[in-house]
Amino acid sequence: MKSLIRIFAIMRKEFLQMSRDRLTFGMIVGIPLIQLLMFGYAINTDVRNLSAAYVDEAETHLSRQFVADMTASQVIIMKQRVASVFELEQLLDAGSISIGIVIPDDFDRRVIERDRQAAQLLVDGTDPIILGVARQLSALPIKFDSQASPPKQADLMEVRNYYNPERRSAVNIVPGLVGVILTMTMVLFTAVAIVREKERGNLELLINTPIKTPELMLGKIFPYILIGLIQLLIILSLGWYFFQVPIRGSLIQVLGASLVFIAANLSLGLLLSTVATTQFQAMQMTFFFFLPSILISGFMFPFDGMPVIAQNIAELLPLTHFNRLIRGIVLRGADIMTMLDEMLALAIFAFITLTLAIVRFSKRLD
Amino acid sequence: MNQQQIAISASGLTRRFGSLVAVDNVDLEIPKGTIYGFLGPNGSGKSTTIRMLCGLLTPSAGSATVLGINTKKESEALKQRIGYMTQRFSLYEDLSVKENLQFVSEIYAVARRQRKLRVQELLQDFKLVDRSKQRAGTLSGGQKQRLALAAATLHKPEILFLDEPTSAVDPQNRRDFWETLFELAEQGATILVSTHYMDEAARCHSLAILDEGVKVADGTPRQLGEGIASHVVEIEADDPNRARLSLMEQKEISSITQLGIKLRVLIPKTVIDPLQLVNSSLQSTGVTTKAEQVFPDLEDVFVAVTQKRREGTAA
Repeated sequence: MKSLIRIFAIMRKEFLQMSRDRLTFGMIVGIPLIQLLMFGYAINTDVRNLSAAYVDEAETHLSRQFVADMTASQVIIMKQRVASVFELEQLLDAGSISIGIVIPDDFDRRVIERDRQAAQLLVDGTDPIILGVARQLSALPIKFDSQASPPKQADLMEVRNYYNPERRSAVNIVPGLVGVILTMTMVLFTAVAIVREKERGNLELLINTPIKTPELMLGKIFPYILIGLIQLLIILSLGWYFFQVPIRGSLIQVLGASLVFIAANLSLGLLLSTVATTQFQAMQMTFFFFLPSILISGFMFPFDGMPVIAQNIAELLPLTHFNRLIRGIVLRGADIMTMLDEMLALAIFAFITLTLAIVRFSKRLD
Repeated sequence: MNQQQIAISASGLTRRFGSLVAVDNVDLEIPKGTIYGFLGPNGSGKSTTIRMLCGLLTPSAGSATVLGINTKKESEALKQRIGYMTQRFSLYEDLSVKENLQFVSEIYAVARRQRKLRVQELLQDFKLVDRSKQRAGTLSGGQKQRLALAAATLHKPEILFLDEPTSAVDPQNRRDFWETLFELAEQGATILVSTHYMDEAARCHSLAILDEGVKVADGTPRQLGEGIASHVVEIEADDPNRARLSLMEQKEISSITQLGIKLRVLIPKTVIDPLQLVNSSLQSTGVTTKAEQVFPDLEDVFVAVTQKRREGTAA
């Protein structure tokens, strides 16, 4: 009973402080809003409008038709025509184009005879995504109207796109963003929570009262769980409104998965808070954790493509498990019961970090 | 003294921070219901000693018993029975006066019905009623101090630890503050207060003088005055500066303090007639003076005991 009074006291105090700290309050709503719009529109693996230039040594009807077709695909924007391959390479070096097209003077003959490649694409391969786009371009058919079209060959395999038939990146990005934004804000909020009291001198008063460490920790966590759920609702509803990201699974299950994930992040934040001595240190530690979470959790790059070591490390990050959960439930309409191991992983993470935080926190100054 | 009547006792209390010895082998015995002072300059180990007595710091050596509880092993049992006012304002500056007191009342799990009454009572007692909705961060030094004391006494602790409570407060507030302390002591609380003001130390029932972590003297202000090994001579001079210069040549005199046109001179008790010593050395200067022997005040005690220790360590 006394414990409940004390936990409630800490919670109430946190809410009061939060409501008076405009910056924090702004971050609660602002971060999801801005990041969702920014990433939702910016992160686009469906590449269009790459800058290009070309050399046309053939100067025939066919070659001009070919350049027009390329431009019509919208994948590239033809910036200019140059006189030689050398100039094309210079443009590539300077970074002013990503793709250069070389049409040799015997282009027509090559197209008709089909014994060699008819034209050449010079690609800035430093970005693998651009390279992938170039591969698509090379598959473009060449219409040679004066010629009977060669017999069509059927592809070996047919691709059927499940869950995202329009191939929109936002469908993948938005649910992933839920996890990224929650990781950032939740860890950060609690990471500074105890350090701030340390810095402002409040902690010396607090540790001289009968409050017990678990009471303090729980009182610090509960208010932020609510904040996390608010952020979740903001992201999902805006994602649905702006990017037409569907929620195919049950909303209750989304909430359930998010709750465990939020608890995991908050516990981690508290653990960082017991290690750091200043708010600045707490922030640095948060970002040390945040960056790998973004990069190897499967949010940015497909998990299966990573080396085994990276995969093993990623399994330790809550975001990895949450990404599978939220994408499963939101996009594929999966049942949470089929992914209980992911839930368990998150729960274990939360339990271990919270226990460590409680053990590490000392009611003494030495 | 009966064990029942002792609030705080410590023996050989020591605390090291790396190579620095912040508190060095301090013994204490503080009876219940008294106001006990720690007098010493900054860095003399007052705060560290208080923190050890509260159970916030673990002693490097020695032990302390507060209300019969060993601070090293069972400090948690102590928390409900002691109040602690930190040197730095440690309530929440972004909460209002009332919210802060409410928060503290909940943390001490005061019974639901009494919480409101107690907060209201404290607001009245500490003259904070018309400030109750103001954020603590915007209070003046004196108001902050009253709020901090109100919070520290909210759960009616048996012992109050006050770490330099008046350092940011004007003289009028200091007077009021001390009146409150006497009221609390009358109600049975034991109060341990650290200070570097001599006049405050003089108001304590008894006190300990700390210097570089060492307790150099303790007792009632009167006992301390009697205990020092120096005579105190007060000299009124029409040219105190010249009188001072000539006295400085006198090897027997251990300390000269100028207070306006008066000089206060400490002379070791080994000198049988201090007045004669002073008068003879002043005669040659031609300054008109009037010397008289007085009872040592705490400042004299402080100067005498710290000087003695310095000489002791230097030798």
